[in-house]
Amino acid sequence: MNLEFTTTDFFVLKPAVMLCLFGCGILLTDFLIPQRQKFFNALTALVGLAFTGVVLWQQQSFWKTNGDLAGLSGAVTIDGFGLFFQWIFLISTVLAVILSSRYLDIEQEHHGEYYALLLFAQTGMTFLATSTELVTLFIGLELMALAFYVMVGFLRSDKRSNEAAMKYLLLGAFSSGMLAYGFSLFYGLSGSTKLVDVAQAIAGREARDPLVFLALATTSVGLFFKIAAVPFHMWAPDAYEGAPTAITAYLSVASKAASFAFLLRIFQTAFESIRPTWEPLVAGVALATMTIGNLAAISQSNIKRLLAYSSISHAGYILLGLVSGNQTGMKGIAVYVLVYTFMNFGAFAMVVAMRNRQIIGDDLDDMAGLIHRRPTYAILMLVFLLSLAGIPPTAGFLGKYYIFLSLIETRHYYLAVFAVLYVAVAAYYYFRIVRVMFTSEAASGGEISDSLGVRVALAITAGFTLLIGLYPEPFLQAAQRSLFASLR
Amino acid sequence: MQDHLLSIVLFTPLVGMFVLLLIPKGQTTLIKVFANLVMLAGFLVSLPLWFRYDRSNADFQMIERLEWIPSIGARFIIGLDGISLLLVLLTTLVGLVSVLSSWSAIQERLKEYYAFFLLLQAGMLGVFLSLDFFLFYVFWEVMLVPMYFIIGVWGGPRKLYAAIKFFLYTLLGSVLMLLGILTLYFHHYSQFGTYTFEIAELMRMNTPHTMQMWVFWAFFVGFAIKVPMFPFHTWLPDAHTEAPTAGSVILAGVLLKMGTYGFVRFSLPLLPDASKDSRTVAAIAWLSIIAIIYGALVSLMQKDWKKLVAYSSVSHLGFCTLGIIALNPNGLAGSVIQQINHGLSTGLLFLIVGIAYERRHTREISEYGGLSNVMPGYAIVFCISMLASAGMPLLNGFIGEFTILQGAFEVSKTWAAFSVAGIVLGAAYLLWLFQRTMFGPITNPKNEHLKDLNLREWAYTLPLILCCFWIGVYPKPYFEILEKPVAKIVKRLQPDYYRSRGLPDPLPAPVPVARAARTP
Repeated sequence: MNLEFTTTDFFVLKPAVMLCLFGCGILLTDFLIPQRQKFFNALTALVGLAFTGVVLWQQQSFWKTNGDLAGLSGAVTIDGFGLFFQWIFLISTVLAVILSSRYLDIEQEHHGEYYALLLFAQTGMTFLATSTELVTLFIGLELMALAFYVMVGFLRSDKRSNEAAMKYLLLGAFSSGMLAYGFSLFYGLSGSTKLVDVAQAIAGREARDPLVFLALATTSVGLFFKIAAVPFHMWAPDAYEGAPTAITAYLSVASKAASFAFLLRIFQTAFESIRPTWEPLVAGVALATMTIGNLAAISQSNIKRLLAYSSISHAGYILLGLVSGNQTGMKGIAVYVLVYTFMNFGAFAMVVAMRNRQIIGDDLDDMAGLIHRRPTYAILMLVFLLSLAGIPPTAGFLGKYYIFLSLIETRHYYLAVFAVLYVAVAAYYYFRIVRVMFTSEAASGGEISDSLGVRVALAITAGFTLLIGLYPEPFLQAAQRSLFASLR
Repeated sequence: MQDHLLSIVLFTPLVGMFVLLLIPKGQTTLIKVFANLVMLAGFLVSLPLWFRYDRSNADFQMIERLEWIPSIGARFIIGLDGISLLLVLLTTLVGLVSVLSSWSAIQERLKEYYAFFLLLQAGMLGVFLSLDFFLFYVFWEVMLVPMYFIIGVWGGPRKLYAAIKFFLYTLLGSVLMLLGILTLYFHHYSQFGTYTFEIAELMRMNTPHTMQMWVFWAFFVGFAIKVPMFPFHTWLPDAHTEAPTAGSVILAGVLLKMGTYGFVRFSLPLLPDASKDSRTVAAIAWLSIIAIIYGALVSLMQKDWKKLVAYSSVSHLGFCTLGIIALNPNGLAGSVIQQINHGLSTGLLFLIVGIAYERRHTREISEYGGLSNVMPGYAIVFCISMLASAGMPLLNGFIGEFTILQGAFEVSKTWAAFSVAGIVLGAAYLLWLFQRTMFGPITNPKNEHLKDLNLREWAYTLPLILCCFWIGVYPKPYFEILEKPVAKIVKRLQPDYYRSRGLPDPLPAPVPVARAARTP
């Protein structure tokens, strides 16, 4: 085996290197910046993300002409799948940074580490989306998770934030342990940590081999924890509610996307040969996830918790794409995750906008009469909610469209019927927010404290939510390119 | 021929809405005038369709097509045939009338109200004009949202309940319909290897009977909730009663027709085998008959004027669905005419309730009585609309119901017999309503000084009344418009319908349908 570090290796690693460099840079320069000018850290982070974007674009254009490229002895690759998800992470991190600056000022917790942690989290995600080797994947996962444990508990003086971080840490550590156990079984089965070898070893075994089944079970449990699928979803509402809202948005979007990238890679490579074994299992989990997520969301009075349960139910829909597993399904997952990034981020950005020094802004009643106070904001929120509910012509419909179509193509009619029925259930609780915004009297909560960052974030997310809904063609083609070679 | 007339018709309200959003909130008069002008413009640009439409051609006309989402084969295709022509004209007319009727009824949040109304108008026109299933579905869902707000913000005391009930019911139906659409779409792909939502393309398909049945019932849920047919009608009394007058007029006048239109445009031609399956026919026919009689009986019981009119819709729409499922030219043409009639006459009845409500702020029938003494003009308008709705000859309702009964009689005498009972009951509840509110001495002193119709109220009731008389006295132009498209649907369902009865075939050239041509 050639263990020399080549220029190919460097090229493959470039986005992660860039993120790391700027993350460390922020930690250093933070000492030089006086407390009142902490927004310089945000600028540094944005510059770092811009560079990452350039590097990603280089990789993308290289990939378009030359195809997949593996580096570091095949541990990390450049492929359409990884690139697609990396763009999603990049967008999410940019949105999180521009959303955070003002929010941290209000919370009086403006520290440089925050931005460094965002970049480190994205580094971890990068590995989750591009790595094809167990150890690298695991390190990526832990890098991301550790950054999130800290960020969720970032509001040191807030009890809810502390509680959330503790819960998230304990359950997260448990799930990582399960996953590590599954990975050790993989290694035992194949004698290698590369997913290709693992896949071969599993395909060579009998379908009913208990060892394979054990590896499947433990790995799935770990993965389902990360995407907050039922019955491993308990941490999500608490973590979402307690975390700083900008982080909640980031957690619900980027972390979920990364975990899905991770899950898809494992299921589509290592487990593809034993699809009949896990397909009913995943279908059951997806159904349970949609059921619990949607039904629990109905009775929430805290918007962050409501959105937490709604995002649990969205994970259920995305899992359905994996159940179908054909080209449409996989494309559907890509489209869904992309769309979800914008619409969910938008909805949380709205909650950030509601936060000011007087009110926390995450209670349903804080939105009361928003149409009288800030008509534009109310209409933007309506767009996000319609999209989350999957009503055309917003982007959310398109994600659901692909998932439903893939279920019909693969003859999962019952699942399809359940999936569409839950659309109506979901519409009910999303419209609870709409009702409060449009038909209640204005709340006395005081001014809405928007900043340039919030406005930009809302403009971007709402713009894409509508654009993808009305003219989806370029995005669908991007999703097409994200498919694994076996499905293209 | 590419002058984009249909696009202009479709987008006038939408463009109007965006311009309206630019007007400052305080300029209430300007907002009202502008919204009325947009609707008037929308109506005027739709008029040339009536003259431009080629009555000798059974196919879709004035088609415009654009690529929209090539990856999934969704196109922007709009076009119309006789059935959609009439419904489009109904929509532009009723839209204009209902916006005009809101002038003094809506006092708060005017800008939002008119913006939602224009959006709703665009959505409804889109539904009737789309020839691509994906586009159709988008418009179908788009109009839910403004309607939700019109009921939920400007409605009566139980508006929030009514609004969300309307929204969820319709959404539930439409997502099941979406599954049906996707099934057909994928089936087309497996037969021809191309993804398309175009209706003309989907019609070329050879769909197995079982699949047709499943898809038919999936569509049925979507359309039947919208119509609404008997077991799915419970949202209607709430929504109609709680909505503001203009909202009720649009709901009854146009929105309900989207359901019946769905049956005529999609269920029947796309799923001919399932549509003529004896079980389907029996189920839908009896549900329609139950709706006719049940709706009428419940109307008889109502103490609330508006609720009475709302339930009468259930009964009238029962006639429309009965005509459709008769599957013959009389039934279908009668059904479409009756849809127009219902839009005109029930629209009028809701306007009349609205006029009384604006003056007295109550809808209890017992609060009124003897109004004809103080409001003679009003009583005349009410009388004509009531008779139109009850199916009095020389007025439009008679033509529609008569033709439908002809069609139903052809299939089954039992159906016709039961439906006639519905007409009698219809006359009963309407005449009784009229008697209780208009005749006799004025019992309630509050009614003594009510003002008769003003100029604006005459302006929005007269056009509808004229149309009622026109269809009632001289319906020939309407039947001419409907003849070919209806014949096309009938031939698709029953290829030998005309030959076996020795009737002249309105479409002598072989219909370009593979299966119809093969039948010996």
